[in-house]
Amino acid sequence: MSPPAQRLAVGLRGVRKIFGDVVAVDGVDLDIRDGEFFAMLGPSGSGKTTVLRLIAGFESPTAGTIHLGGDEVSKRPPFERDVNTVFQDYALFPHMNVIANVEYGLKVKRVSKAQRRERAVEALRTVRLEGFEARKPGQLSGGQRQRVALARALVNRPKVLLLDEPLGALDQKLREEMQVELKAIQRQVGITFLFVTHDQEEALTMSDRVAVFNAGRIEQVGTPAEVYERPASAFVAGFVGTSNLIQGEAAESVLGRTGIYSVRPEKIRVDTHLNAEVPVGEHAAAGTVAEVVYAGAATRFVVDLDAGGRLIALQQNLQTSSMDVLKLRDARVRLAWRREHEFAIREDVPPGLVMDGPPTTVG
Amino acid sequence: MKSPDRPAGHGGPVRRLAGMLHRRPYLRLSLLLSAPLLWLVVAYLGALAALFVAAFWSTNVFTGDVVKEFTWQNFQDLVTLDVYRTVMLRSVLVAVLVTVIDGLIAFPMAFYMAKMASPRTRRWLVIAILTPLWASYLVKAYAWRVMLANDGLIDWALGPFGAHGPGYGLPATVMTLSYLWLPYMILPIYAGLERLPDNLMDAAGDLGARTFRTFRTVVWPVAFPAVVAGSIFTFSLSLGDYIAVKIVGGKSQMIGNVVYDNIGVANNLPFAAAVATLPVAVMVVYLVAVRRTGALENL
Repeated sequence: MSPPAQRLAVGLRGVRKIFGDVVAVDGVDLDIRDGEFFAMLGPSGSGKTTVLRLIAGFESPTAGTIHLGGDEVSKRPPFERDVNTVFQDYALFPHMNVIANVEYGLKVKRVSKAQRRERAVEALRTVRLEGFEARKPGQLSGGQRQRVALARALVNRPKVLLLDEPLGALDQKLREEMQVELKAIQRQVGITFLFVTHDQEEALTMSDRVAVFNAGRIEQVGTPAEVYERPASAFVAGFVGTSNLIQGEAAESVLGRTGIYSVRPEKIRVDTHLNAEVPVGEHAAAGTVAEVVYAGAATRFVVDLDAGGRLIALQQNLQTSSMDVLKLRDARVRLAWRREHEFAIREDVPPGLVMDGPPTTVG
Repeated sequence: MKSPDRPAGHGGPVRRLAGMLHRRPYLRLSLLLSAPLLWLVVAYLGALAALFVAAFWSTNVFTGDVVKEFTWQNFQDLVTLDVYRTVMLRSVLVAVLVTVIDGLIAFPMAFYMAKMASPRTRRWLVIAILTPLWASYLVKAYAWRVMLANDGLIDWALGPFGAHGPGYGLPATVMTLSYLWLPYMILPIYAGLERLPDNLMDAAGDLGARTFRTFRTVVWPVAFPAVVAGSIFTFSLSLGDYIAVKIVGGKSQMIGNVVYDNIGVANNLPFAAAVATLPVAVMVVYLVAVRRTGALENL
């Protein structure tokens, strides 16, 4: 998958981790390139945080190997690995002030006092926290603590920075700000960032590549566009974005093929002219609007197809207003999309994972 | 049912009382606190004050009656007579030793309970630590007397190594007191370590700190106030003890014994009072010192 010439920051081979009788990580192979901003995305309990902890060295793998920058580190303790972690709840030392927290790693490495202070102050400047040196963690807001945690890790200039749901504890607004900022910081320092999240939007906006985790395994690795536009499995299609699957009889009558296919909601056009000619290169299906959800910038149409199954179409509210679109409930419509936007989905997934009902937001 | 717009004060006597209490917060507060305050001021502080005043009285040598006239004599005797200085120092030494020994035993135990044991094991350990507190002090002290006896359990256990137990005396007293007060040290440290988030230790390791450094720079500073809180118990309980030393201490005397003998055999109540103010003074000094560590918030 990755070009062999490129240097690897992290390499996992056949990594398994078993806690008691729970298989948390079930055979993971993963290559992360130097300088990448890499996301591990998945629902809770999918094994992504365990993989992060295995790389950091807080857990040791039951089987398989972990390489960091070419060295095998599977058996090494955390203090002998050139990685640093930003913890989900920050894990700042409560009895030390901000500057002492940031200097901690340098002090352990016996960096001279003057240099230590200089680097710590610089790291605090990188995260825009100058002037907070003397505060205790208890006197900071959530966002500020998050920045201190980031500075404390970055100041050591590790090969890889591990971030465990770094924005999970922040409110929406701050979160969006920090997403942009983290990305900028990563570009500035050039360190490989490996972060864990359950938020698909966060993974898509921030990362160069995404690995989608499910039940201890990786379902797909790719760029955000690849994962979003061409999900490799029904699970990925459902977890990254809105699940929109055409399968069974519907696939045969609408597409003329068997199998499971995914079309993203924003690629589908809602047409009230049922008898207009279908343009070349498009597929079309007639149906009845079951639900109309007005969401400000766009409107979501839930359409029951005559051929069976249900599709969601997302339309920008360019000319329409809420009054217009709401009238379309129960109307007969035709859905149309370009053929290159439909993707076959691997069928070797357990049937339970195929979500063909509407997502809960419209249900 | 009464109509909802009816004023509360116009109901039955209970309602009227409730309404009155509602309107008078000070009356409510004084009703709530009068009994405990009475106990605290009269029985507790009053007794301490009586003790302090009595320390400046004396007894008639011939009749043994208490002479209620102010004198510094008791305190002069305490400072000038070697025997009391020795007893005082010995008591403080015993209390310090007991505190240090309990701290050394309790910390690893509490750390295991708070950070490593499974929830099930943890529950059993807490029960195991609390159970001895339900047994009588005397039974436990006499159990140690039996174990420390000549050819007792400890002699028998040490025999194969060519050693024998300490016999009765100060070391035996320290051992017995350390055993008696150990739970009072374990429980505060356990509570303190439970509040220490696990990932602080992960974070220290992640930043390159080895185990000992993590302990020294992260675990110990966070747990220290809890250790001090435990030491207040072990130190003060040891300082005032006079029964254990009577049972296993051989001929050794501690402050408590001097107080006890002056109340009983010597019938010199004022002098007993003067001696009793000493541990109180030591504890006040100790508490002022530990107040600065923040330990009092951990009690």
